[in-house]
Amino acid sequence: MATEEMEQLVRREYKQGFVTDIESETVPPGLDEDVIAFISQKKGEPQWMLEWRLDAYHQWLKMTSPDWAHLNYPPIDYQAISYFSAPKSKDDAPKSLDEVDPKLLETYEKLGIPLHERAALAGVAVDAVFDSVSVTTTFKDKLHEAGVIFCSISEAIREHPELVKKYLGTVVPKGDNYFAALNSAVFTDGSFVYVPEGVECPMELSTYFRINAANTGQFERTLIICEKQAQVSYLEGCTAPMRDENQLHAAVVELVALEDAYIKYSTVQNWYPGDEDGKGGIYNFVTKRGDCRGDRSKITWTQVETGSAITWKYPSCLLRGDGSVGEFYSVAVTNGRQQADTGTKMIHIGKDTKSTIVAKGIAAGKSDQAYRGLVKIMPRAKNARNFTQCDSLLIGDRCGAHTFPYQEISNSSAMVEHEATTSKIGDDQLFYCRQRGIDEEDAVNMIVNGFCKDVFQELPMEFAVEAEALLSVTLEGSVG
Amino acid sequence: MSAPDTFLNRLTEYVSSAVDEPSWIAARRQAGAARFEALGFPTRRHEAWKYTDVSRIANGEFALPKDAELSAERFDALRLNFDAHRLVFVDGLLSETLSDIGALPDGISVEPLSKALIDNHEAVGGQLGRLANVDFSPFAALNTAFAHEGAVIRLDAGKVIEKPIYLLFFSRSGSPVMSHPRVLISAGANSEAMVVEHYVGEQDAANFTNVISEVFLDRGANLTHYKLQEAAQSEFHVSSLHVDQSRESNFASHNLNLGGALVRNDLVCDLNGENAETALWGLFFGQERQHVDNHTQVNHNSPRTFSNENYKGILGGRARGVFNGRVYIKRDAQQVRGYQSNANLLLSDRAEIDTKPELEIYADDVQCSHGATTGQLDENAVFALRARGIDEQTARGLLTLAFANEVMEATRLPEVAERVERAVAGKLPERFNLEGLVEVSE
Repeated sequence: MATEEMEQLVRREYKQGFVTDIESETVPPGLDEDVIAFISQKKGEPQWMLEWRLDAYHQWLKMTSPDWAHLNYPPIDYQAISYFSAPKSKDDAPKSLDEVDPKLLETYEKLGIPLHERAALAGVAVDAVFDSVSVTTTFKDKLHEAGVIFCSISEAIREHPELVKKYLGTVVPKGDNYFAALNSAVFTDGSFVYVPEGVECPMELSTYFRINAANTGQFERTLIICEKQAQVSYLEGCTAPMRDENQLHAAVVELVALEDAYIKYSTVQNWYPGDEDGKGGIYNFVTKRGDCRGDRSKITWTQVETGSAITWKYPSCLLRGDGSVGEFYSVAVTNGRQQADTGTKMIHIGKDTKSTIVAKGIAAGKSDQAYRGLVKIMPRAKNARNFTQCDSLLIGDRCGAHTFPYQEISNSSAMVEHEATTSKIGDDQLFYCRQRGIDEEDAVNMIVNGFCKDVFQELPMEFAVEAEALLSVTLEGSVG
Repeated sequence: MSAPDTFLNRLTEYVSSAVDEPSWIAARRQAGAARFEALGFPTRRHEAWKYTDVSRIANGEFALPKDAELSAERFDALRLNFDAHRLVFVDGLLSETLSDIGALPDGISVEPLSKALIDNHEAVGGQLGRLANVDFSPFAALNTAFAHEGAVIRLDAGKVIEKPIYLLFFSRSGSPVMSHPRVLISAGANSEAMVVEHYVGEQDAANFTNVISEVFLDRGANLTHYKLQEAAQSEFHVSSLHVDQSRESNFASHNLNLGGALVRNDLVCDLNGENAETALWGLFFGQERQHVDNHTQVNHNSPRTFSNENYKGILGGRARGVFNGRVYIKRDAQQVRGYQSNANLLLSDRAEIDTKPELEIYADDVQCSHGATTGQLDENAVFALRARGIDEQTARGLLTLAFANEVMEATRLPEVAERVERAVAGKLPERFNLEGLVEVSE
């Protein structure tokens, strides 16, 4: 492909980059106990929640930002961030789409998410988070019938304090790590899902996250609980508008699966990655952890990571129950000057536990990405099994791809396998396609999609389609 | 961890006592001491020492060796018996009586470090510490401060030596001492040699050995390096091997570790010229409470370089094995092939393995893969042998040996291979039996 053509493609702007002008109610930048109290009060939280937040804040103050990841970014000034921003219409919370601020709806339209249409067509209930407050929740009635609770975490704190109290922070403790502690102190919204015993959630649950108002970090907190023999599939997808300043995102996701429960958590992440010089873009420092608490429970993480300037994310599984299963399927694509350090942790605690890790990394442009994973087999985890495969594809000679898999095994009956390869798209593969009249860009897309197939197969249908499209958008112009 | 006083005091004492040394050596010694004082011993908070706690060394009381006396019987009981050019060190000090360099071809020299520094101090001084400087690790700094003896092997261009060069480091029982040997190998263009570093200890030896080896391979040089580590069960062994490879050079390492209470080996291979090749073979076998840590690093700094690494670990009792293999490919080092594999066998539920095969790649036209597996013997294979009338213990013994043999088959020295086979067979737990099949060492 001609160089000019390539450059033209590379320079193509982020399609989802725009800012919606909504009057935000934002606290001034900075973080102290007053800000936390403000957030807690705004959310109408009980006293115990405020104390919980303050405890997390005090732990956070004593911690230092982790520096072990293969990432390079200037120190973050946590006092320059505003920790609360909510759309104005919050006080008269809408009951249906009609009551939603039309500007918001417009935003979703621009993103290509026709909310009502999509929800109806795909049978998906959408708990859309715009900045920090859930503005609309659909299909609540149907879920209510099945006994499934699906609401914002703030609502859950108010309406179901006993459940929140019982589970919040039990998978990711307040002081788990720097970003988790920060999140615990200042989280403003996120989703809460509770599926009662024996219930198979009648539809796939979905949330779209958006980060909007300038200088506002987004601190989501998601908690999903599946009682015995319950099942749920949760979809998380994100886009963010173009911004010049780096925006911090430090979410925490906790999953609890009791006996025979199954939680499937799928993510498509397409936040603004910054411009070609790496300016702007989201810092995505996320703690995601699932706890297979009951015997024979199962948790599946599937992620397609194409956005963000910096990704620091390791969705993990604690395989506590005997016979529990953890799975991690990931596609990470970096281009431009994106940096990603992502992977998973599988901690085998119970007997006969199994885990599967399939991670596909594609690095293009001047990007850098690393797979970092841990498989730990505890002494009592008899007959634990793990299979790990991580493959990297490099496109261009200015990028980097790295693999840091840790294995800690202290049981002789364990079987742990790890395989990793790094290669580029074969010239012969390209030639084969071009010879059959497929142009280079399409050929690369096809090959890359084939490379990621093992992971895409694990995605829910509508996400799989979106993921393939996203992949080609992300890699646009990176080949030649 | 701050540097313990025991080491610092000994250091001050030592550095000040070595007054008759050339000033450049004294300066390096001081630099090593200063660096060690600043760093202290590593703790598990350091990523490179995450799985290895060296506090037993840090808290140890190790004197400096006073003499190199060793009777011929004690020596014969443990040495490798083969035809070689031999240098023997007892507790780090040269034993002239037990060394037997024999006749060397022209253009090849094998000398103790102390002698080489006098004979050829410019060439030796220029290379010494170039690959392993005091910043490499606190142990490298400590070695630099204390080092005074070791071996220097030099081959002129085109020289080939037939017999292996045998460096025996013998560790005596008695009150604990420490030694900081230094090995320097400099192979000229298209030269060829085989070097065996053998660390062996008497049964009750509880010494601390901290060795650094540096290898320079000029264009087309070919070097095979064996390290056979059979320290006693209560010894501490820390080593690092650094290799600088020019174009078309060929290096093979056989890193065989059977002994030691606490063992840490670092291997750093820099492929600095096109078509340089390196092959790293490793075997570690741990029993009881042994701790064996192997850190390898292959740096593909130049295009069209090739590396292949195969490490195997067998761990029984409450032993702990660590493997950290890093393959690095520099930006623009295209058409590199780098392969790495680590397989581990756990014989007991109280044994542990921590393995981390790393790839760090900045060039796109490369072929790299790594694999790590941990498990137990294939029950189908055990069954197949039993179906043929072999009892279970023997079947397990044979299969364990077969697991190790993949690494051993690469050795070109039958004496070494046999020695390892016997040692492994002799150390297997009771339910693994090889009696009558393999000569078992005690």
